[in-house]
Amino acid sequence: MSINLKTLTIQKAHEALVKGEYSALQLAEAYLAEIAKKNKELNAYLEVFDDVREQAKAADAKLRAFHSPLSKGEKRTLGASQDLERPSSDAKGVQPRYEAAASARSGVVSPLLGIPLAVKDNILIKGRRVGAASKILEGYRASYDAFAIAKLKEAGAVFLGRTNCDEFAMGGSTENSAYGVTKNPHDARRVAGGSSGGSAAAVAADMALAALGSDTGGSVREPASFCGVVGLKPSYGAVSRSGLIALGSSLDCIGPIAKTVADTEILFDAIRGRDPRDSTSIKLKVKGEKLKVKDMRIGVPKKYVETEGIDKEVLQDFKTSLERMRQAGATVVEIELPQLRYALACYYIIMPAEASTNLARYDGVKYGLHREGADLLGDYLATRGEGFGPEVRRRILIGTYVLSSGYYDAYYRKAERARALIRRDLADAFRTVEVIATPTAPTPAWQVGEKKDPLSVYLADIFTVTANIAGIPAVSIPGGRSAGGLPLGLQLMAPYGEDARLLAAAALAEEALHKVQ
Amino acid sequence: MVTLEEIEKLAALARIELSDGEKQAFQKDVGAILEYVSSIKEASVGARGAPALSPALPVNVMREDTNPHESGRYTETLLRAAPQREWNYIRVKKVL
Repeated sequence: MSINLKTLTIQKAHEALVKGEYSALQLAEAYLAEIAKKNKELNAYLEVFDDVREQAKAADAKLRAFHSPLSKGEKRTLGASQDLERPSSDAKGVQPRYEAAASARSGVVSPLLGIPLAVKDNILIKGRRVGAASKILEGYRASYDAFAIAKLKEAGAVFLGRTNCDEFAMGGSTENSAYGVTKNPHDARRVAGGSSGGSAAAVAADMALAALGSDTGGSVREPASFCGVVGLKPSYGAVSRSGLIALGSSLDCIGPIAKTVADTEILFDAIRGRDPRDSTSIKLKVKGEKLKVKDMRIGVPKKYVETEGIDKEVLQDFKTSLERMRQAGATVVEIELPQLRYALACYYIIMPAEASTNLARYDGVKYGLHREGADLLGDYLATRGEGFGPEVRRRILIGTYVLSSGYYDAYYRKAERARALIRRDLADAFRTVEVIATPTAPTPAWQVGEKKDPLSVYLADIFTVTANIAGIPAVSIPGGRSAGGLPLGLQLMAPYGEDARLLAAAALAEEALHKVQ
Repeated sequence: MVTLEEIEKLAALARIELSDGEKQAFQKDVGAILEYVSSIKEASVGARGAPALSPALPVNVMREDTNPHESGRYTETLLRAAPQREWNYIRVKKVL
C-alpha cells in the first residue's frame, strides 16, 4: 500500500493507525524506503537503526491489543488514563470499533504510538551509539535514556535513527559535523542549517514524520527555517536536559521539529515535564490557552530587525507575514528593545564559557577516543587535539579566555549582567504585547562552503540567541519563499513559561500565513 | 587582539594540542571573535547589574547526597565505555 508522506502529519497518521488503515510497520517501511532513496545525497542520518521494524511491530502489537473486541465491562487502559468503558446497555455493543469511537480512542492511545521519529545525535538512547557528530565520542554507546527519550518510549514512538548535526551542536549549518555536511532538501547545493540540520532535513524530506533537536542559540529554529518546517525552543527547563550532551548548560533546550504547529505541540507535550535528574526542569502550567487572533498584539522590534546584515528578501517576507497577520485581525505594534543589540556578544561569551567547562570531561580516559602521548598530560593533549574539530577547539579557547582571571570581569561578568538587562527589556515589552516577532534568520540557507569565516556564521544567530539568553520560549514557522524557492522562517517569542500561548499564537500565524487565498 | 603566545597559553590550559598552522589560524579567528564580543563593554551595566526579575530562571542546584543505588550496579556498564581498562579499574599513565 502507498502512504502519501508529503501531506502526512502526526495527527493524520495517528488516526490512520488507530483506524487500522495501515500498520505502524507499513508506516515505518514507507519512511525507510524514503531514507534509502534520499539519505545518500542529503546526509541527514548518521545512522538508521537496524531494529526499526521490530520497534514498529511492538507498536502494532499495542495497537492490535487496542483493536481487539472488548468483553463486557472490560476497560481499556492503553496509553493515557481515560476510561473507555462502554455502558452495558449499549445495544451496538463494541461493533463500530473503528469509526464511532475513533476520536474518543485518539485521546486514549498515545498520539505518538507507532509514529516514526528522528533523533539528533546528541540525545542519548540507551545502548545505542551517540556522538554529537564528534570524533572524540567515536565508539561511545549511551548508558542510559535521556528523559525525553524515556517519555517517547513510553508513548510507543518508533526511532528511525540518529541525525547529523554540527559537532557538539556548535554551528548553524552542520558544516562542523565530523561526518560531512547535511544538504538542504530544497536545494542540495545549500546547507540545511544547524546545528540540528539533520533533524530538520529529515522532516522536510519526508525521511521522518517529526524529530528531536536541541537549541542552545537557535539550533532548532534556524534549520527549521532553512528547511521550511516548524521548530520549537521551549522555555528553559520545560524539557529536562538529562541525557542531552551538554553545550551551554544555562541555555540548552531539547526541542521538537515537525511539519505543523499542531504536530510540534504533540511532540512537545510528550517530552516535557519535571525530572528529578535535572534540577532546572520545571512543570509548565499549561492551561487551555484560548488565544483569539483579534486579541493578539504582536510586538516588532523594528530597529533590531532592520539590522545591516539582513537580506532584502527576508525583510520583505517578514513584512508580508506581518501584513497577513494584520489582515487576519491581529494588531502589530512597534516596540523598543534597546538591550538586544548586546544579545549576540553576550551569547558568544556565555556559551563558549559554559562549553569550555562542559567539554573538559572529554579526556580520553572515561569513554570515546583515546590517543597516546608521552605521559598522562600528553594523552589529554593528543586526544583532545585530534578528537575535537576546529570549531569546537576555537570555542573552547574563547571560553577559556573569557573565564581566565585577567579577563573574567571584562567579559564573563559583564555578559552575565547584560543578560539580566536583556531579560528585563523583554519582560517590559511583554507587558504590552502577547508575542514578539522577528525573522528567524537574517538570510535564507547559504551555499555549502560559502561562509569561510566563523564570525560570519555567528552573525546568522542574531535573532535566535535572544530567547536562549532570556530563557523564553520561541518558535520558527514557515513564512514565504525567496525568489530562488528557499524557505524563509517567521520567529515568534513569548514570555518565560508561556509556551502554550506561544503555540496558540503560532497556530494562528500558521493559519493566517498559509490560508489558500 | 590576541598574541600567538596567548593562543599557546590558552591551548595549554584547555589541554588541546595545536599545530603551528592551526595556531596562526586560531590567532586570527579568535582575535576577530573576541573583538566582536568586546562590544559587551559598552553595555551600560552598573556595578550590580540589573535588578533581579521574578520569576528568576531556574538555576542548577545539587541534589542531596542521599538514596544511593546499591554499590556496583552501574560499574560494568561504565567501565565498558573506557578505552583502557584493567580488571575493575580504568587504566591511565602514572600520575606521579
